[in-house]
Amino acid sequence: MANTGWDEFEIGAMLRTFEGEAGDIAGTLQEDRNYTENSSFRASVADWRIEKPVFNKDFCIDCQFCWVYCPDISIISRDKKMIGIDMDHCKGCGICVEVCPTNPKSLLMFPEKADEETEIANWPAKETKEK
Amino acid sequence: MAFDKMELRDIEVWDGNFAAAQALRQCQIDVVSAYPITPSTPIVEGYAKFLADNYIEGEFVMVESEHAAMSGCIGASAAGGRVATATSSQGFALMVETLYQASGMRLPIVLNVVNRALAAPLNVNGDHSDMYLGRDSGWIQLDAYSPQEAYDLNFIAFRVAEDHDVRLPCMVHQDGFMTSHTAQGVKTMDDDTAYSFVGDFKPMNDMLDFEHPVTHGVQTEEDWHFEHKARQHNDLMTKVMPKIQTAFDDFEKLTGRKYNIVEKYDMEDADIAVVCMGTSVETAREVAKEMRGKGVKAGVVGLRVIRPFPFFEVQEALKDVKAIAALDRSSPNGAPGMLFNELAGALYNTDTKALLSGYVYGLGGRDLTKKHLTDLYSELQANVDAGKVLTPLQQFIGVRGPKLQFL
Ligand code: SF4
Ligand code: SF4
Repeated sequence: MANTGWDEFEIGAMLRTFEGEAGDIAGTLQEDRNYTENSSFRASVADWRIEKPVFNKDFCIDCQFCWVYCPDISIISRDKKMIGIDMDHCKGCGICVEVCPTNPKSLLMFPEKADEETEIANWPAKETKEK
Repeated sequence: MAFDKMELRDIEVWDGNFAAAQALRQCQIDVVSAYPITPSTPIVEGYAKFLADNYIEGEFVMVESEHAAMSGCIGASAAGGRVATATSSQGFALMVETLYQASGMRLPIVLNVVNRALAAPLNVNGDHSDMYLGRDSGWIQLDAYSPQEAYDLNFIAFRVAEDHDVRLPCMVHQDGFMTSHTAQGVKTMDDDTAYSFVGDFKPMNDMLDFEHPVTHGVQTEEDWHFEHKARQHNDLMTKVMPKIQTAFDDFEKLTGRKYNIVEKYDMEDADIAVVCMGTSVETAREVAKEMRGKGVKAGVVGLRVIRPFPFFEVQEALKDVKAIAALDRSSPNGAPGMLFNELAGALYNTDTKALLSGYVYGLGGRDLTKKHLTDLYSELQANVDAGKVLTPLQQFIGVRGPKLQFL
């Protein structure tokens, strides 16, 4: 993609998503989807990400809110279980963190360079409601 | 739901606005998204009337500004419809931000621009300021000098814009009030013939094709932005003119009316030539004929296609002349006019020895009279006789007060 010349692009500031038929995309697992070279999946749309969501499965209740709300289908979910985040595709918007309902949150934003293991080890404690 | 055909006489008395509206009807536009502005309002009003009277199957989208009007057109076009609208002046200026989206997304929208001055001071009358404002927006720009041409060029515009090799939006210009509100005899086509010229709309990469989903108007940053723009520029420079020529040829076969990328009048043996656009072409032709009666070999060159600029056709048309006047009907604001600059650019590396001078005229609806043009031709002839440009490079025609001239 990086070396594609001007004469090799699809015309019109446009990205084609899937190769061939795309009839049952919703029922196809992410890794099995037939993304094109010129898709927002393969394109480096997340170049500017400065924060990333980190997932801590200890608190997750598999409510699927993050999966529903992520604007870029970057939450990986199997059999209605939250598995993790597709970091190749996540743009770091933080919406998943906002909608996560657990206490403490099962998703939190950290700097792009942060080490996930360390952050999960130091995960914040449950907040007590003030009366 | 079937729509009704309209019975037209072979020649109807239409003004430029109504002629354009009739062309939109005959092309069976799917969506018009529009906001009214003088003097172009009657074009979309006409479409709305035809729609209400069941002459069209389509949608009229009423919006709150011209910015939204073009945005609506972009959405409808990306979704896979044949789309057109109309505007003028300040409304056009408000549209400019979205014009670049339309051309960058390669959507074949047709925009009728009824040319009018840009404020301030506020003025509803004609000049080419809005036409000039759109010249870097990546649209194809065609110029009609009369209601007949406003009618005909709309068909050409759809034909070229929707060609799958081109897929670029196209403007059809006509002079505010001079063309848009002057009724003349217009030779018509019957509905079937007219529609057969543009044919059914064949969308490409439309959003409503759920089997082949695409994202429109993507973000690319420095990674690919340049490549997309290079492609658009390449297609404008190399692909559009041949398609326009073919459309002109086919149109001539169908109707007998001949159009040229650059219109030449009395240019076979001309020594001096005026290059201009819009209604002034016809005035200049009148005066050129009179000058010929006095033994001056005068000619006129009218631009039919403004973008892409017809460099080769202009070089060809002007290769044998000795003096040229570029007539710009826009306030140049700190430089020579666009036409002067383009002509200078087109002719610089050719063998021509032609003397080039620039004139600014007709701002805000000020008349360009035959007297003005007679004087202008005399100045050009004087330049030829002296073998050099005796006058300043830039002069203003018919402005009150002391003579205004620069460079
Ligand atoms: S940060 Fe945004 S893009 Fe990334 S997983 Fe969360 S919601 Fe999706
Ligand atoms: S929103 Fe939070 S709790 Fe719900 S599935 Fe996602 S991470 Fe788990």
